[in-house]
Amino acid sequence: MNLLILITLSVIMLVMAVTAVVHKKLTVAVLATGVVSLMASVMYLLMAAPDVAMTEAAIGSGLSTIIFFYVLNKIRKAK
Amino acid sequence: MIRNFFIILIIAGLAGVFVSLFWEFGASDTLTPLATHYANNGAAEVGAPNLVTSIVVTYRGLDTLGEVTILFLVAAIISFFLKVEKKGQKMAPPRVSSEIILTASKLLVPVVLVLGIYVFVNGHLTPGGGFQGGAIIATAFVLLLMANPRFELNHRIIAAVESVSGMAFVLVGVLGILLAGGFLDNKILPLGHFGKLFSAGAIPIIYSLVGLKVGSELSNILSNFQDVQKDEL
Repeated sequence: MNLLILITLSVIMLVMAVTAVVHKKLTVAVLATGVVSLMASVMYLLMAAPDVAMTEAAIGSGLSTIIFFYVLNKIRKAK
Repeated sequence: MIRNFFIILIIAGLAGVFVSLFWEFGASDTLTPLATHYANNGAAEVGAPNLVTSIVVTYRGLDTLGEVTILFLVAAIISFFLKVEKKGQKMAPPRVSSEIILTASKLLVPVVLVLGIYVFVNGHLTPGGGFQGGAIIATAFVLLLMANPRFELNHRIIAAVESVSGMAFVLVGVLGILLAGGFLDNKILPLGHFGKLFSAGAIPIIYSLVGLKVGSELSNILSNFQDVQKDEL
């Protein structure tokens, strides 16, 4: 059961990582990187590393996504 | 044509390197000698139920000091490059946030702040610690900034909290040299009862200082990014 969840999570991570690279819309790409971090944090939790999971969830999928959006907004205005 | 050939060559070379790494990888069932020492003696020597915290704060405390310093440098460089000094310039009024975010921020910001403080104060008992708690505090500021874009952090308070907690962190480390076994030794205070909030010597103090420092630095980075978002009229 645990293995099944891990495989599902890693498939979602791979799909989202490819989406982040190839998608035309930058907002979708930024959200996809956030989803990669979120799935990674769930994976860390399942692999018994809750400390790393908390860091990944707060910084990887929370703060860095917000900072990406700030930068995206800024460079759009500069165009 | 020749460019594509080189690209394929480089990708094939990288694939060769990683395939050899992949085939040689095997999860080990036994702990290394150092890890065995930590697992067997960590609770007795440091007195923290969370072994990760006892390694991060006490056995490898110097690394934590280095990480906090790197984060401070990042925050300083970001505020140096994003500094905008345009006093008296008219700014376009920001877009009004939706009612849902306004209500949610009023309800959730205090709760998220308390959660962050809980995480770093209980760093030696439960998973989490200074870095995680600080990041959670910074997410509370994200919510606050999304609800009212005109909200400005008091930079003087942020700077005071950041520098005082950083200096106190180093001071606790130096006290470890004077009163206990070495730099950042946690036995400057009694180890106390195993598993209680006030136990494990100086670990709760150090992790609270790290949490305040990380939280103020990340909030400062976010508020700098928010400052340069304002539209010029």
